[in-house]
Amino acid sequence: MKLIKFFLLLLIVFLLSSTKIFSDENKILVDKISKNLRCLICQGQSVYDSQSEFAISMKLLIKEKLDKGNTEKEIYNFLKNQYGDWIVYDPKFDKKTMLLWGFPLILFIFGGILIFRKVFIY
Amino acid sequence: MKKNFTFILLLVFFSLSFIILYLSLNKVETYVPKKITNKNIIKFSAQDLFSNQEVDFNNLVVKDKLTIINIWASWCQPCRNEHPFLMKLADNKKINLIGLSYKDNNKNSKKFLDEYGNPFSKVLVDKDGLISINIGAYGVPETYIINADKKILKKYIGPIKKENYFEIIGHANEIN
Repeated sequence: MKLIKFFLLLLIVFLLSSTKIFSDENKILVDKISKNLRCLICQGQSVYDSQSEFAISMKLLIKEKLDKGNTEKEIYNFLKNQYGDWIVYDPKFDKKTMLLWGFPLILFIFGGILIFRKVFIY
Repeated sequence: MKKNFTFILLLVFFSLSFIILYLSLNKVETYVPKKITNKNIIKFSAQDLFSNQEVDFNNLVVKDKLTIINIWASWCQPCRNEHPFLMKLADNKKINLIGLSYKDNNKNSKKFLDEYGNPFSKVLVDKDGLISINIGAYGVPETYIINADKKILKKYIGPIKKENYFEIIGHANEIN
């Protein structure tokens, strides 16, 4: 009887701790996702950093979706669908963002050529 | 000659950059995706402000009327400014105005409606702002124009102005 009680107690402790681990994991994920989201009503702040009503609700929504079993990708897709690609800090490469992604590379190549000319040619 | 040309080019480049950046400093713009319209509004249910009963939004969309969701709060000053327009819209028989009380105290919401008048056929409660975020809102006030097929025709961020009012009336008049 004592053994059964012991295992029952062990089971309860295990269940409680696993829920805790799960919720901690979700909290880490909420932080991770919200750091990659732009607070659309703030000036240069992420959802994670902002304490605006918009950001607070957004963090709640992410938590709720994770609790429901949605994946990180599904959450990003949902938010992009509702608010547009601008909400994520890491925009995908397409026709509209070509210049955004390509410009630093062009600058890098241009700068490289300049340095090369300066050092090796002159 | 070459040096002068480079100098002028650099000067023009930096002056232009400065002007663009300076002008954008004073420009407050909320980004709104173009594809928000013509999308179906998400399904949601919420508590009714007066009866406390859970209401399915789908059941509130009427076939022969233009449905309008207005997100508002008693603590929001611009909401007070747009309220007379909402009162006028409520008089139109082709418009079904639904309020979504955003992060507000129910008592304050009721007091606000008592004081300024209640233009809404139904007032739903969004206590933690989750419904608003789910439907793609930024804050208060915000207004969604929805047709009988539950498609978003238009979204207004900020208070409704005179021109918006006439635009909504135009949408309502298109309904047979």
